[in-house]
Amino acid sequence: MSDFAIELKGIDKSFGLVRANKDINLSVRKGTIHGIIGENGAGKSTLMSILYGFYQADDGDIFIDGEKTVIKDPNAAIASGIGMVHQHFMLVENFTVLENIMLGAEESQILTAGIAKARDELRRLEDEYELEVDPDAIIEELPVGLQQRVEILKALYRGAEILILDEPTGVLTPAEADHLFRILEQLKSEGKTIVLITHKLREIMAVTDEVSVMRRGEMVATRTTSETSVEELAELMVGRRVLLQVDKGPATPGDVLLAVEGLTVRDSRGVDMVKDVSFEVRAGEIVGIAGVAGNGQSELLQAITGIRRGTKGRVLLNGEPIRVTGHADPAELRHRGLAHVPEDRQHMGLVLKFDESENSILGYHDDPKYLNGLFLNIDAIRKDAADKIEKYDIRPPNPRLKTANFSGGNQQKIVLAREMERDPPVLVIGQPTRGVDVGAIEFIHKRIIEMRDAGKAVLLVSVELDEIRSLADRVLVMFDGRVVGERSPETGEGELGLLMAGVEDAKEAAQ
Amino acid sequence: MEYFDTLIVILQSTVRVSVPLILAALAGLYSERSGIFDIGLEGKMLAAAFAGGAAAAVTGSALIGLGAAILVSVFLALVHAFASITQRGNQIVSGVAINFIALGATVILGQAWFRQGGRTPQLGEGARFSTVELPFAAEIANVPILGPIYSNLLSGHFLLTYLAFALVPFTWWVLYRTRFGLRLRAVGENPGAVDTAGISVTWMRYRAVICCGILCGIAGAYLSMAMTAGFVKGMTAGKGFIALAALIFAKWKPVNVMFACLLFGFLDAMSIRMQGNELPLIGEVPVQFMQALPYVLTVVLLAGFIGKAIPPKAGGVPYVKER
Amino acid sequence: MSAPYAKLPAWVDYGLIPLINLVVAFLVAGLVVLAVGESPLRAAALLIEGAFGYGEGIGFTLYYATNFIFTGLAVAVAFHCGLFNIGGEGQAYVAGLGVALPILWLDQIMPWYVVFPAAIVGSAIAGAAWAFIPGWLQAKRGSHVVITTIMFNFIASSVMVYLLVDVLKPAGSMAPQTRTFAEGGQLPRLDWLLAIFGLDIGGAPFNLSFLLALVAAFVVWLVIWRTKLGYEIRTMGHSPKAARYAGIKESRIVIITMLMSGGLAGMMALNPIMGDQHRMALDFVAGAGFVGIAVALMGRSHPVGIVPAAILFGMLYQGGAEISFEMPQISRDMITIIQGLVILFAGAMENMFRPAITTFFATLGGARDAKPAPAVE
Repeated sequence: MSDFAIELKGIDKSFGLVRANKDINLSVRKGTIHGIIGENGAGKSTLMSILYGFYQADDGDIFIDGEKTVIKDPNAAIASGIGMVHQHFMLVENFTVLENIMLGAEESQILTAGIAKARDELRRLEDEYELEVDPDAIIEELPVGLQQRVEILKALYRGAEILILDEPTGVLTPAEADHLFRILEQLKSEGKTIVLITHKLREIMAVTDEVSVMRRGEMVATRTTSETSVEELAELMVGRRVLLQVDKGPATPGDVLLAVEGLTVRDSRGVDMVKDVSFEVRAGEIVGIAGVAGNGQSELLQAITGIRRGTKGRVLLNGEPIRVTGHADPAELRHRGLAHVPEDRQHMGLVLKFDESENSILGYHDDPKYLNGLFLNIDAIRKDAADKIEKYDIRPPNPRLKTANFSGGNQQKIVLAREMERDPPVLVIGQPTRGVDVGAIEFIHKRIIEMRDAGKAVLLVSVELDEIRSLADRVLVMFDGRVVGERSPETGEGELGLLMAGVEDAKEAAQ
Repeated sequence: MEYFDTLIVILQSTVRVSVPLILAALAGLYSERSGIFDIGLEGKMLAAAFAGGAAAAVTGSALIGLGAAILVSVFLALVHAFASITQRGNQIVSGVAINFIALGATVILGQAWFRQGGRTPQLGEGARFSTVELPFAAEIANVPILGPIYSNLLSGHFLLTYLAFALVPFTWWVLYRTRFGLRLRAVGENPGAVDTAGISVTWMRYRAVICCGILCGIAGAYLSMAMTAGFVKGMTAGKGFIALAALIFAKWKPVNVMFACLLFGFLDAMSIRMQGNELPLIGEVPVQFMQALPYVLTVVLLAGFIGKAIPPKAGGVPYVKER
Repeated sequence: MSAPYAKLPAWVDYGLIPLINLVVAFLVAGLVVLAVGESPLRAAALLIEGAFGYGEGIGFTLYYATNFIFTGLAVAVAFHCGLFNIGGEGQAYVAGLGVALPILWLDQIMPWYVVFPAAIVGSAIAGAAWAFIPGWLQAKRGSHVVITTIMFNFIASSVMVYLLVDVLKPAGSMAPQTRTFAEGGQLPRLDWLLAIFGLDIGGAPFNLSFLLALVAAFVVWLVIWRTKLGYEIRTMGHSPKAARYAGIKESRIVIITMLMSGGLAGMMALNPIMGDQHRMALDFVAGAGFVGIAVALMGRSHPVGIVPAAILFGMLYQGGAEISFEMPQISRDMITIIQGLVILFAGAMENMFRPAITTFFATLGGARDAKPAPAVE
């Protein structure tokens, strides 16, 4: 017997050249709720996937209850008493609750006996942990909160002593989240160990006993929750990074070119991803939208640019409404002067199997200057691509090279060149430097500032807080589908970090 | 009374022609409910019919014939599994390939081994399946209404016929009442859920595809060793695709599969019966219309005009662990 | 969708790997030849001799190839849009009407060069019409085009049997076929083309539609790679997300692509009907629609690959017929096997040898050419 339910020693994991986990050490006390916090891509989910046997660590050891354990697949994790509630539920949607709970733990070849037992056991678990759910309900007919409950029941049914929850409140309403926390407290009082992965500081402070902070693949600190503060955690999470120096004069905002009024976007599951968002972007300014990934920024971007349909609200481009709740048409928006650098460069912004010159006209391929009647004017297209290659220093300078063979930074420059060289009055940019090498970042930032100085309205969405701070003239923070605050870029990282983590009244808290 | 006798005859032949459809459609059901689309039912059935006919002709044993049919069909099923599960290839392309390989190989090998223009030798007594009479069939044959139904419609079929119909409730039971069935349905809907539950997605799908192979094997054996006495080239004549249509028409549910196959079989039996005859009220209906009807009905269903055929959610998509 | 394979030089990707897949397919076919007790090498020699050894053989080879160019292009065009049109067989069959009806109307009053354009347009329209419904259902109702085109093959077969037996058959005739066309419904043969090389095509029905097929191949190349429409089709096929981003109308492109694909499959009907048999008979397509799948996969959906792939299959058809004289064990059905094997190895298992080849090239050029792997996001 050990005091620790989980001990990780020297865990290392790389995907290709990316080191997702660097020499991670972590000890989780038995019977506690242990939070793991960090920004997007800090390596939290990778670490937990290793613990659950989804990936194998390249190096390092795992100790469960003091015993060295090799977890080669989820089966081994389950056998060691580990249960996991995934961010995207691992449920069979057209199965009943009971069937989902039994899957993989059926007891015998024929279900009948197992069903009766599962029903009894389920009833016992429900009573013990206040986890009521109708065992015969079909999953897809249940609200997400209940679906999550089924995931928890699944783990408990398998006798989990350690429960890992990966961003469990992402899809929950505040009331549902509070209920979840009560359940977690209950589980703790029964002696279960809980690992809670989140980026929301409020949750960490509310329910955890201890908290570990991850940053860029490293475990940077572990604190007792009662002895730390949101400010300390926010700082540990974001780190003290040197603000990237971008030469930038003061903005001279002009007319409102892009106005968003009460925009709501519902996704296919029926969850509102963007909730009643309003803001405007003026000529000659950069409005930055900060926030942890998954808080509605992507859906907002796609609704504004006509890729996704909005549910409610209006978007005005140059004072004229766009059909945001009907069949909006990206081609038409382009004609009306809205350029879009999408977040998903590899699948949306580019066709990786096309050559460079073909990608340099994507979306503008109906422009007469690239056409001879119905035919593509290949010479004009290549010439145009060559000009952009030179202007944006795209390497290798070969318009006929397959796009997949360019580096991330150069791929992004292809997209930027295409969108910026049209001289659009409104430019919407998502994650301009994601997966981009350092050299290209500076170049891209400079270009964005130049667009502003040329009097364009720029809407910038990024999960990189320092990028937002160095580029934006105004910062909007999105959390849980809402704009929770507007700040100037000079606002301290701690305060912005708190807003991003859903702590309201961030100013007071930060002081 | 005359109409009644005609009806019994038509229904009897409906049962005869429905059997391979039921077997093949159930075969497809196992595979597709596990997430592996299979348009190679036709090819597997054809190869099995040939293997059955050939092995039975050589050994004189119907059982060895059946065994050979199943073996060959399972082998082709494993090729499909290797291409679509292990190699994560395109399941449609793989199915098309298997149909052609079977179509060509049965003729080439048949000609090489038996030299009868792609046929296998006529199967004698013992080398083919014989029909079984249910108890008292002869005695009550003359009882009005019930007699013909019992003696002509229910009795006098092959054991494989009874097996095919028994497989319908059995498949339902397997699918909804056993661990194997639960996992099989799960892996066709959300392989991620199966994987995180500690079950191998690959092995689950391989097993489902093997089940498909076994049933296609029996279907093929029925064609060459029960329905007829020997293999004739191309003898499946699109039955594998009718079975596929029936499977879709049945929305991938076992009991529905039986009814869809009986419906399609009935249309087939009617079209043979009706050649040159007029139908009351409607007049003469072209045979080809009846032949095309199963496909037309399936397209209409697929178009979502009558109900909606929703395939297993993970169907056709190779499973790759998410990062 | 894209598999996480390391990058290889283009000549390996587009040359070596397809070649290895093809060689494996033929090796397995060779095993079948061995199994029936014949020598694969001798069979291959007979095949090539039969297909290319003399003028008439070449004529037949190119006659068959004409069919496969059309159907291969049909499958390839759909592939470019991410669609799998298995319905070429049915589309070509129905297109027979588009060929036969204008001819039956005009052949006794007009010369072939007037009838031919009408037949071309007729065949393309009829083939496209038969592909329209599956295309429309895919675009608007989400019905999988693979299944609907399979169903439409069978429906086409029933419709055509009915029409030939009950409607188009001349009174008093027993055979389910149209009357034989007058001279205006017969395409000139291309004997002069092979005569340039000193070859005599003998009785081979090698005819003008071969040149039409080459023109079609060029037009397909032009449309797919050189027009705005082709650009949109390829965008859609590679990445529906990017197509949405670029403001391309997805359902419009799906329908247009299926129309093009069906039209190309339909033009295949010209070759046997107007070029060879000079009447429309039952089952004149004879599997050419399906051969198109193998041809498109082998030719990597590019006209430059499709034409030689079609000629290869033409060679197999003609040479296969010749082999059966010498080797009675081996009939033309051998080609069906090869077709299946090509589809299996060049299509469904196209990446089977890739890991081994990647490792081979990695060890070969490891130190010299250490390019970093693309960043994982």
